[in-house]
Amino acid sequence: MTSVAKSAPRHQRFGYRINAVGVAGALVVGFWIVVALAAPAIVPHPIGDIVDTDYFGPISRELWLGSDYLGRDMTSRILMGARYTLGISIASVIIAGVSGVMLGMIAAITGGVVDMVLSRFLDALNSIPSKLFSLVVVAAVGSSIPVLIVTMAVIYIPGAFRFARALAVNINTMDFVVVARIRGESLFYLIRAEILPNIIGPVLVDLGLRFVFIVLLLSGLSFLGLGVKPPYADWGALVRENIGGLPYAAPAVIVPSLAIASLTIAVNLLIDNLPTKIRDRENS
Amino acid sequence: MTSLVEIRELRVEATTDSGRTIAIIKGVDLDIAEGEIVALIGESGSGKTTIAMTLMGYARAGCRIVGGTVAVDGVDMVALSEKDRAAVRGAKIAYVPQSAAAAFNPAIRIMDQVIEVVRIHGVMPLEEARAKAVALFRALSLPNPEMIGDRYPHQVSGGQLQRLAAAMALIANPKLLIFDEPTTALDVTTQVEVLRAFKSVISAHRIAGIYVSHDLAVVAQIADRIVVLRNGEVQESGATRDILARAQHPYTQQLLAAVTPHHAPRPAVSGPTAAEALLEVHEVSVGYGPLRSDGQPAIVAVENVSLRVARGRNLGIIGESGCGKSTLARAIAGILPPFAGGVVFDGRELGRSARSRSADQLRQLQIVFQHADTALNPAQTVEDILGRPLTFYHGMARKPRSARIDQLLDMVKLPRSLRLRRPAELSGGQKQRVNFARALAADPKLIVCDEITSALDTVVAAAIIDLLKELQRELDLAYVFISHDLSVVEAICDDIVVMYRGRKIEQITPEAMARPEHPYTQLLLSSVPKLDPTWLDNLRQDPEQVRAYCQR
Amino acid sequence: MKHRIVSLVLARLAIALVTAIIVSFAVFFATAMLPGDTATILLGQAATPEAVEGLRKAMHLDDPAIFRFLRWLAGVVHGDLGVSYANNMPVAKLISGRLVNTLKLAGLTAVISVPLALTLGITAAMLRNTLYDRCLTIAIIGVVSVPEFMIATLAVLLFAVYLNWLPAVSFTSEIRTVYDFARAYAMPVVTLTVVISAQMIRMSRAAVVETLNTPYVEMALLKGASRGRLVFHHALPNALGPIVNAVALSLSYLLGGVIIVETVFNYPGIAKLMVDAVSTRDLPLIQSCAIIFCFGYLFLTTTADIIAILSNPRLR
Repeated sequence: MTSVAKSAPRHQRFGYRINAVGVAGALVVGFWIVVALAAPAIVPHPIGDIVDTDYFGPISRELWLGSDYLGRDMTSRILMGARYTLGISIASVIIAGVSGVMLGMIAAITGGVVDMVLSRFLDALNSIPSKLFSLVVVAAVGSSIPVLIVTMAVIYIPGAFRFARALAVNINTMDFVVVARIRGESLFYLIRAEILPNIIGPVLVDLGLRFVFIVLLLSGLSFLGLGVKPPYADWGALVRENIGGLPYAAPAVIVPSLAIASLTIAVNLLIDNLPTKIRDRENS
Repeated sequence: MTSLVEIRELRVEATTDSGRTIAIIKGVDLDIAEGEIVALIGESGSGKTTIAMTLMGYARAGCRIVGGTVAVDGVDMVALSEKDRAAVRGAKIAYVPQSAAAAFNPAIRIMDQVIEVVRIHGVMPLEEARAKAVALFRALSLPNPEMIGDRYPHQVSGGQLQRLAAAMALIANPKLLIFDEPTTALDVTTQVEVLRAFKSVISAHRIAGIYVSHDLAVVAQIADRIVVLRNGEVQESGATRDILARAQHPYTQQLLAAVTPHHAPRPAVSGPTAAEALLEVHEVSVGYGPLRSDGQPAIVAVENVSLRVARGRNLGIIGESGCGKSTLARAIAGILPPFAGGVVFDGRELGRSARSRSADQLRQLQIVFQHADTALNPAQTVEDILGRPLTFYHGMARKPRSARIDQLLDMVKLPRSLRLRRPAELSGGQKQRVNFARALAADPKLIVCDEITSALDTVVAAAIIDLLKELQRELDLAYVFISHDLSVVEAICDDIVVMYRGRKIEQITPEAMARPEHPYTQLLLSSVPKLDPTWLDNLRQDPEQVRAYCQR
Repeated sequence: MKHRIVSLVLARLAIALVTAIIVSFAVFFATAMLPGDTATILLGQAATPEAVEGLRKAMHLDDPAIFRFLRWLAGVVHGDLGVSYANNMPVAKLISGRLVNTLKLAGLTAVISVPLALTLGITAAMLRNTLYDRCLTIAIIGVVSVPEFMIATLAVLLFAVYLNWLPAVSFTSEIRTVYDFARAYAMPVVTLTVVISAQMIRMSRAAVVETLNTPYVEMALLKGASRGRLVFHHALPNALGPIVNAVALSLSYLLGGVIIVETVFNYPGIAKLMVDAVSTRDLPLIQSCAIIFCFGYLFLTTTADIIAILSNPRLR
């Protein structure tokens, strides 16, 4: 992907530069993280309470985002939904990232049989479409939040592995790694000091993209009724339970969709416009 | 005499990462007469290629021409529209790239690419163009001129592609040729052939041209006039002979001094054979790929090579690309275990791979690589890079380590203020000094230097060689010095091993380099260009030898 | 050279075969690990222990897992996919009609989206950094960032609710005229096309941009070649491998897309069948559908890789 707006105003601080689009993305992501953390303290109504006599109520002074199919406050449900969508996705991406990247680096440095077995097995895992894999798991073990977290982590481990391995293989051929090896350094030192610091940037960007995929997959599953189950509800589940409001274009079905889109688009924009370090020698 | 090219007050700017603009060409004037070859000489970043490109009204991505005129045959290329420029490119002005291997489209047959200019500009019937191409192939002494055009680029060698690129440039009878370092990527023995071919077609077609190079000796053979550039400004210009004999500008003099070998034979301690051996390599064979049934790997890169390095002495290993010299260095360092033979260091047999050597053995034998860019971890500061071997080998605590890092920086003549810089913030020469300092940090007895000056500009490389000599006097080091650059090896080594196709074919001393015995050594040494402009014309090489040793 | 291509292709096919075996193994065991006893599920909690025991024998449920896997795999190879738990019909019979429906949907989408996406992707690469390219890039980020069900619901909102052109969220099985056909397929196909085109445009644009930055394209520019010649004569033949790869990968993405789209639009395809099977926990049906999806995916990715090998000019 190319950067969207190259001519946007530049913020120059600490030797890094970020454009306006990147700042906007970061602000939206930051907003949702704060919401997810603070949701129980800031919801206007308990999420289970029926506060509106009407269902699919419109936006009003009392109910900022209208009411849902039972007359519950949508604002509260969205705020709490952020907790599930972000919480589950972040947990999965951390598990997938840490295990995938570690395995990738070990495979790259060790090479030989270890590398071959790991690569072949994880590639095979990768050739199961993600939605299908989760469908099968949900069919087998049922859906609960820990199951969802682990399933999605497993789905995205092969991708994280492949990406980290490819980068680590490149670094591993560099002369500075050869120098460290013939100095007699251990595997742990090679990973920590020579490989990881040189791949961490792209790896984090890649995990950002994987986070987006996980959010989309989780929402899709919940939309199919196979993800987060009542009484909990993430954004995808909110769309599902209020899909009856679609013919009336009720806020209850539109707002959770917008919430998902705002999060994923913001992450994408942030990734595409990450702060770039200023590399001019004369400048420093 | 009217000029074919008149560049006046040319200014080019580039935009950096942070959006700043910097001037790369700062007001350059340049003239080329009809039929004249002008050489642009300078180190990397001097702007020589940028100027050459402006002759076609072209500036690479991120650069743009901001001022001045580039008149070719009376037409200002800067002022032309993109469409009018395209009409001139290839037809009137043609370009010979530095790397022909990259400039040929891998998906199209060579002949179609060579005559593409004709197809685009419609200057002659295609059949005529094909016939002309074959004639050019023949004139450029390419093998099999009738058939070579039917091949794809990856099916012919680098030296041949370079000549094919020249044919591609000449096909539409251009008035002006731009040579962009066209022989830099080639081995010296191939370079001789390519230069000869260029020279004969240039004189046959009476073509004017601009020849971009960093190599004064090459330029001396081909150019009528030399323009010396530095930091986007002309330092000096004049006829080739005048520049070579009576350079006025200090920078030009520096360049010339860096090219001229200055070997001062070191007094042998008590005869080279009497000195105690530090490193002995016994009939080592090294290869790559899976082992075959007879225990040999699929590709054998080094075969049965034996060497001996005395304490505090230097051994040079020379040879062209692919001769196995770097593989041998890797085998000595334990990176690539040999499949036969052994290495004895300081009286003890070393393990074949680094893994099976003791920490102290690893410490005493260090290797320094060619590309400081990849040899230094970009994520670490100079302090981290130099500090690690101190901690690892000597278990130094923070304070003594810090003091030692200062010492090391002093030894390689780097300011102490660079300690906190990362490699990306250093110049090429500075990086190579840090690279070398890291090896010194181990307190080694022997340092294997694998082409450590090849990626550097001539002047910077000469300074590194001086540094190496000085450190040797102070620290009682021995070097194994691997290079394809004969003048570098000649300048620093006591003994020189010549390698060809994985074998050691001769060992000579620098004093004996004037009269080598082996025919390949004769061919190799005679192929190194000299500053004398008549060198190429007077060079007589035995065609039998050329055929036997240059399969390019 | 020919020899090298053949060996590379064979190696790729061997990898595909190994992958297929690992994948079927994974699918079988993921479903075999089901908690609860299949026989009890089938016969209900009230069944007598003797009846359960009898059924277990008949279904070979007491055999070691590896034998059950091999027996099942042999069945799959012979086209015997087992019998559905839910309605006692052979799985093959349940699937066949549905598979055709899904293939129709996927085929139609492919026919529309491939030419569309390649045209947009290649033109965007040619007109890099123009307004056109930037708008397209922003639109693509938008599309790839939102879940498929949102695009589907947007389509419903637009075409059925506001414009009232098409029936909302229902699929009529009575198709008599071309008009009916168009009405029935419009929304699912539009949704899927948008989703997979975004991926394809992005990847094909990247592939062409990359080849446009090579020294041989610069060389062609310096020979006086026009922009069109640079793209069509020099860049495209070299970008062909990556582009075909992009197409195949995007088409494999269809498989994920249909799961959502068939559910939203209530389309009687194999994905809908599978989602329903998940809610009834109909094991043989889930296994078979999963295998079909995995093999479809594997087929497309393998094809992509093989075409990439064949189109590499250096191997010619």
